[in-house]
Amino acid sequence: MCVGVPAKVIEKKEYTALVDVMGTKMEVGILFVPEVEVGEYVIVHAGQGMSIIDQVFARESLNEWGKMARAGII
Amino acid sequence: MPALFEPVDPGVAKELARKVIQLADRYKERTGITPAFMEVCGSHTMALARTGIKQILQGHVRLVSGPGCPVCVTDQKQIDAMIEVAESENRIVCTFGDMMRVPGSKRSLLSAKTDGRDVRIVYSPLDAVRIAEENPDKEVIFLGVGFETTVPVLAAAIQLAAKKNVGNFSMWATTKLVQPVLRELLTVKKVKINGFLLPGHVSIVLGEKAYRFLIDEFRMPGVISGFEPVEMLSAIYKLLEIITDNRPAIVNNYKSVVRPEGNQAAQKIMYEFFEPCDEAWRGMGVIPQSGLDVRGKYSRFNAKKKFNVEVGEPKKTLCRCGDMICGIASPEECILFGKACTPLHPIGPCMVSTEGSCAAHYAYMRKDG
Ligand code: SF4
Repeated sequence: MCVGVPAKVIEKKEYTALVDVMGTKMEVGILFVPEVEVGEYVIVHAGQGMSIIDQVFARESLNEWGKMARAGII
Repeated sequence: MPALFEPVDPGVAKELARKVIQLADRYKERTGITPAFMEVCGSHTMALARTGIKQILQGHVRLVSGPGCPVCVTDQKQIDAMIEVAESENRIVCTFGDMMRVPGSKRSLLSAKTDGRDVRIVYSPLDAVRIAEENPDKEVIFLGVGFETTVPVLAAAIQLAAKKNVGNFSMWATTKLVQPVLRELLTVKKVKINGFLLPGHVSIVLGEKAYRFLIDEFRMPGVISGFEPVEMLSAIYKLLEIITDNRPAIVNNYKSVVRPEGNQAAQKIMYEFFEPCDEAWRGMGVIPQSGLDVRGKYSRFNAKKKFNVEVGEPKKTLCRCGDMICGIASPEECILFGKACTPLHPIGPCMVSTEGSCAAHYAYMRKDG
């Protein structure tokens, strides 16, 4: 019930957006993410976009994990 | 599907797991304590078991499941009342899929449906408003169970019903708030843990600032985590760093999705249509102001006010779901686990829900499995 799914916004309307979730197209509400743009990813929960995924932070985490994994433990 | 856009080198997760174990073992050598962290999100409970992280870290880090599965934390009397609502003619009861097989004292929603009651699974509560519009001669009731991630969506359904003046739509809300229950666990239940793996999705709405009280009142660290193996392992690693340095902090390890102040649009609608109320939690009793119910102004959409539903005190069973959600017992400690209680014949909600700790344990960690 709580699992959020990342979905790519394909088309934006007033209160909803057409998104692509792993190849499946569906309509989700954008009441909580009204500023979302086409091409961005949102986390969807119970039919509503809840958060826009920040791709800069997503990439930063990748680097950080690499660093952690390589880090020596003193 | 990762919340990332570049593939993660699979070696990174493996290496991270090794580093977590090293750091945990050092902590134990130094303090004599096996570090224990509680995950307060049902999706984490499932993801930690499914990805094998719980199993790999066994003996090095104690991962304790907390009150994160929304169905599991729901008090039995409320479950019984929600099933009772479906028992009358001319009603359509809509709910999320997880609720269908939850055992009530007499029966489940699924068995009510099999007997001809109109019980429907919907993906979104807004679908229930549409169903009400399509069935003006029936009362349509949505059973709204969930934490802060879900409440804004429940509020959106009431907003829609109010806007369209759909008089035959109402909601039976049994919602829960994360902050009061964390406080209860630390003060009343006195759980022995070294930190919290904080819930990624609830934090989308609440933001990282919402956990500041853990430091101010309890010096208890917490790391907000996503659900991919590397996200969870790096969050556990950060918790270990924090306790090793003995510098309690709240860290947002899910910055791609969780903002410091949360989702304010969601918070606003949530408090426009809902107000704080005392809520009963399974195994914990009533925690003051630990839930949200439909605001008095919108009580025409509150099914608890609209229908007169009376249920008796639920009969006691040997099910230990109440202990499970407080992190007091593990599934193997319930004498019914895997014997009288299995996913096919669940006795408690922890075995039914896709986020329940007994279901996770049965699917991925059973000793005789
Ligand atoms: S194994 Fe079944 S009966 Fe035991 S605590 Fe879990 S859900 Fe309840």
